[in-house]
Amino acid sequence: MKQGLLFLAAGALAFATAVAQAALSSVEVSDTAILENRLPQTLGEYGFFVDASGQVPAVGVVPYRLNVPLYSDGAEKLRFAYVPKGKQALADGEGLLQFPVGSALIKTFAFGEGEGRRLIETRLLLHRADGWVALPYRWNAEQTEARLALAGARVPVITPSGEELNYRIPNKNQCKECHGLNDEVTPLGPKARNLSAAWLEQMVAAKHLDAMPAGADVFSLWEARDQAEPAKAARAYLDVNCAHCHQPGATASNSGLDLRWEQGDPHPIGIFKRPVAAGRGAGGYEFSIVPGQPEDSILLYRMESIEPGVAMPELGKGTVDAEGVAAVRKWVAGMESER
Amino acid sequence: MFRMSAMALALASTSPLMAATHSVAPGEGAQERLQEALILAEPGDEIVLEAGRFVLTDGLSLDVDGVTLRGAGSKETVLDFTGQSDSGEGLLVTSDNVTLRDFAVENPKGDGIKSKGADGIVYQGIRVTWTGGPLSSNGAYGIYPVESTGVLVVGCEVSGASDAGIYVGQSRDITVRHSLVQYNVAGIEIENSRNAVVEENLATHNTGGILVFDLPGLPVMGGGDVVVRRNLVTENDVDNFAPPGNIVGGVKRGTGILVMANDNVLLVENVLTKNDTAQVMVVSYTLPFDDERYNPYPRNVVVAANIYEDGGSAPDLDGAEALLEAFGGALPPVLWDGLQDGDAIALSVSEGTAGWSLNLPRQGADLAEATPGPLEAPVSEVASLSQVTGAPAELEARLM
Repeated sequence: MKQGLLFLAAGALAFATAVAQAALSSVEVSDTAILENRLPQTLGEYGFFVDASGQVPAVGVVPYRLNVPLYSDGAEKLRFAYVPKGKQALADGEGLLQFPVGSALIKTFAFGEGEGRRLIETRLLLHRADGWVALPYRWNAEQTEARLALAGARVPVITPSGEELNYRIPNKNQCKECHGLNDEVTPLGPKARNLSAAWLEQMVAAKHLDAMPAGADVFSLWEARDQAEPAKAARAYLDVNCAHCHQPGATASNSGLDLRWEQGDPHPIGIFKRPVAAGRGAGGYEFSIVPGQPEDSILLYRMESIEPGVAMPELGKGTVDAEGVAAVRKWVAGMESER
Repeated sequence: MFRMSAMALALASTSPLMAATHSVAPGEGAQERLQEALILAEPGDEIVLEAGRFVLTDGLSLDVDGVTLRGAGSKETVLDFTGQSDSGEGLLVTSDNVTLRDFAVENPKGDGIKSKGADGIVYQGIRVTWTGGPLSSNGAYGIYPVESTGVLVVGCEVSGASDAGIYVGQSRDITVRHSLVQYNVAGIEIENSRNAVVEENLATHNTGGILVFDLPGLPVMGGGDVVVRRNLVTENDVDNFAPPGNIVGGVKRGTGILVMANDNVLLVENVLTKNDTAQVMVVSYTLPFDDERYNPYPRNVVVAANIYEDGGSAPDLDGAEALLEAFGGALPPVLWDGLQDGDAIALSVSEGTAGWSLNLPRQGADLAEATPGPLEAPVSEVASLSQVTGAPAELEARLM
């Protein structure tokens, strides 16, 4: 509860600061750069930031956070949403906000704290007339500009837990591996159930969103997961970290594993489900989840690995998410163990 | 005159007209240069991999329709993934009407080449090799088309896969031809797929040569309409090295062709030699399952005229010695588990085909409950299945 209130305050502050700072500046978002069917070579061309290296957004570019974030090797992630003037995103129950054409979702990945913070990459999702386009931009050493990195890159970083990591910036196709659903690119994060009610209310007040979505703010804040039911915390984590591939119509559909929050049947969630094409990823275990036995569950075996061909997720992960593993372990360990 | 019109025809069939060729050489920055070419290609373009070794650090992917990716030959152009640190496969293809030709993939950390939801794909002259030989630490599948309609695999070569060398799953309209699979757990596997032809391949020194599986619990169900013909399936004698927990981990060393569940499968004109557990095995799904869409029994499997030589003499089965003694030193070529779906015929065989049955009491029963006896199966001399046509003609037309 306390953390919830704290976040609320922080969110409101960020919102107010952004509006104030942006008002002082003449920087405007380039709707042309978002919409035109080309690949802008620099992040600067979009005009999303008044102060790019400080990540201070321009007018209409609204910072947000997710209740449960995707794990990215402990990177700090700065998220912003842009809805073009005169348009609105539409609320759609607990699901994805339906952003209109011309919208952009912006996510900057950074490592290090305070003065030592270094921006590594900024990923864009641009809603163009014929669908969403995902593009990665890599920050230069001087931290003055980010350039398009279609083929991705590797950048050495030190993670918050002190691990040295050759961090992977995904290539454009890899963006789609996670963001692809029924062969189209789609946003993943801004679902009402994973957004704070306070932020959504501010979006409605600013006329960026048509109405308050039903089913908002369902996921507990990740940092408060210990107070949540283990099943809810774990299922929210799996929804955010795994279900973008593990659902019908997505990259790992052929596995038959469906880790979406809304999946209610035990078998597709993995309970006593045999692997299909896991190969050595199965680690010698028979089932994705064995209730009561996390140590015999393929799901946890793969979450705890960083070896390509075994590790899950396959992309965007160079280190094990100890917090995520603990949350899923707690859930599986507490399941009724009879079949 | 004749030549001119042929050229005109060739030009006219190239679409779009502005198709371009992009050449990529091995060497410094190959990862980024090649991946960028794969991203920036336009439909109809051709990407040429020059001869040499491309040392890669991460998986590659192609998501543009109608692209041809070709090398200078499966020995000359090598995509080397020995140092790979990301992705579940060497190359991932997610677009339609792609042609992959004349290059090799070595030591991918996961699968070799995966094409998912990639309709109309042609693999020709592709080699996937795990150079350390048959190891359980190798990736699962060499050539791995899944959830696709229209798959043609011709003249390919896979060795070292810890699951299946060439694996086609949850797909339809498939042909696998003139390929060499060796030192894999399964040489070629067709799984939960419809309308597949597996012909004129050489499967040797695998644990099992050719597998036709239908499994429960997958998004695409109902495998069948599969013809396996004129393959040479010989000396599949490698101990099973699949990581435990995988369904192919149950395949016995010395299995020639294995059919599990499925309906309408024809095995004809194959040459099966020196497969020392069973030249041909027809069985029900062996494990418990909870999927009402699933039929665990083989239905209408025809083992027609094949040639059998020197098999069944060192079976990878409990009680092998007693079995060999009972059958006079070698097991007969065809092994059936004796299970069928009610009155539906599970298995019929060509006149004079020797076999034996485990006579298992029920689906999922342990082998210890077998009461082996001679095979009693109806005779069938079917030589073809008219509904099984394999990959569509437009894919065949892309072969060089």
